[in-house]
Amino acid sequence: MDLSTLTITEARRALDAKEYSALDLTNAYLDAIEKKNGEIHAYLEVWADSAREEAKAADAVIAAGKSQPLTGIPIAVKDNILIEGRIASAASKILENYKASYDATVISKLKAQGVVFLGRTNMDEFALGSSTENSAYGPTKNPHDTSRVPGGTSGGSAAAVAAGMALAALGSDTGGSIRQPAAFCGIAGLKPTYGAVSRSGLIAAASSLDQIGTLGKNVEDAKILFDAVRGHDAMDSTSLPDANIPPKAGRKAIGVPREFLTDLTPEIRAQFESTLDTLKNKGYTIVDVALPSLQYALAVYYIINPAEVSTNLARLDGIRYGLSVPADVIGEVYSKTRAAGFGPETRRRVLVGTFVLSSGYADAYYRKARSVRELIRADFAKAFETVDAIVMPTTPSPAFKLGEKNSDPVSLYLEDIFTVPVNLAGVPAISVPGGTVERDGKKLPVGFQIIGAWGGEQTIFAIGKDV
Amino acid sequence: MTDKVDIAALAKLARLDIPEDEMARLETEIPAILHFVETIQSANAPKEEKSPAHRNIMRKDENPIESGKHTKALLDAAPARAGNRIAVKQVISRKK
Repeated sequence: MDLSTLTITEARRALDAKEYSALDLTNAYLDAIEKKNGEIHAYLEVWADSAREEAKAADAVIAAGKSQPLTGIPIAVKDNILIEGRIASAASKILENYKASYDATVISKLKAQGVVFLGRTNMDEFALGSSTENSAYGPTKNPHDTSRVPGGTSGGSAAAVAAGMALAALGSDTGGSIRQPAAFCGIAGLKPTYGAVSRSGLIAAASSLDQIGTLGKNVEDAKILFDAVRGHDAMDSTSLPDANIPPKAGRKAIGVPREFLTDLTPEIRAQFESTLDTLKNKGYTIVDVALPSLQYALAVYYIINPAEVSTNLARLDGIRYGLSVPADVIGEVYSKTRAAGFGPETRRRVLVGTFVLSSGYADAYYRKARSVRELIRADFAKAFETVDAIVMPTTPSPAFKLGEKNSDPVSLYLEDIFTVPVNLAGVPAISVPGGTVERDGKKLPVGFQIIGAWGGEQTIFAIGKDV
Repeated sequence: MTDKVDIAALAKLARLDIPEDEMARLETEIPAILHFVETIQSANAPKEEKSPAHRNIMRKDENPIESGKHTKALLDAAPARAGNRIAVKQVISRKK
């Protein structure tokens, strides 16, 4: 088997045909991790022993002829998704030794299919960042050029799949955290409709934006993993009733918000236009759409995100779990623990969030941002009256160098310009490989982003397969 | 409107100690971030919030779990315990 090209579909066929066993497959991935993880640093922890046991159990199920789509398939899990008895640290020092007391709903669903869990992957601390450089455990490197970032915050998951260290992976996407690393690493990454996949057992960053999603080598793999984890869950109060809207027959209109696509590097623009031509040749109609409120999306996002982050992270206080720094009075236990446990970007978000929610400023910042968010949502709703999908590049430029954007937080925020509108509106989107651009003699992948209407995952999968 | 932000006061509200050497950097970074997001002030959004599209749907309060079922697992995660309780430092003190 060639792990650099293997897909879930092919592995399923070979496993069921007994060409190799799930244990062989898992051992092949563990070998690849052994060889490559030292340089790439995609995994924070590898569960070799339990992975082999899970693979043996999967082989028994396969031998009995009872395999499901993911039986024996080795995957990686982002470090903010809980697996009972396993450490889940969200790449933070404050949860360095925290062991999950229950399984996330997505994990229960994958366990029921006999999935093999290879390990937990690196990320930006608490899913705050765009490069995986904010991990408390050191950055992940891009497999296409190890002097560059893999994107973030699910950078470990994307790098693991791209480097053949996992067949597929789970991630989470709050403002682009699946799609942007998928784009930088040359794979497919899906952010489902808000509420389509349960978030029970996901360490919360910004609750009105967070969504668990999937990463795979191609659209089909991302879809197979999504089909396994989606569905209504009473344990998540924002979970949607099960919906799986089939693509509309006959209508193949794709919208391009050209007014919004001003700050693109020329090669990314060229690749984007070339992908549009491919779609045109396959019978799609390309039309302009207006999304005038998207100009405010980044500003809205960087108010709502810190506000919710500062609220969610209030639970990390050194009392119930995680790091606890001793002090004489309880107030100092809180403030010293949080100072010792949170990294620089987490501290910045907590402070900004506290500011925009504070009395005297909440109207001008937080409430205003919520109002403008509704305008953005309305823009999408209006556009989807006439088009089946909206497309844009996933990022304005290819993977940047490690350390390049460390000195100025705002310059890193600008990387998220094309991904955050999707989370603000709650619609689904997938980033698919959309060509490469050359930097320093190396070919760097770029992403083509396809955005669907609410519940429109099947439509964006269909278009993604035509790219 | 946010040229000067009292970082020390914010940090106190956020229950977060900030080391002296980081204070100066945050006094530049936080206003820069706030300045960046202030562009929303020019958006023509209605002052009154519409009811947001996202809503929470609570599950029914039924089938309670057996008392004590998760006690050990949850207490094991706590940094300090006293019997079947999480131990904390005194919250209210008589001393002034």
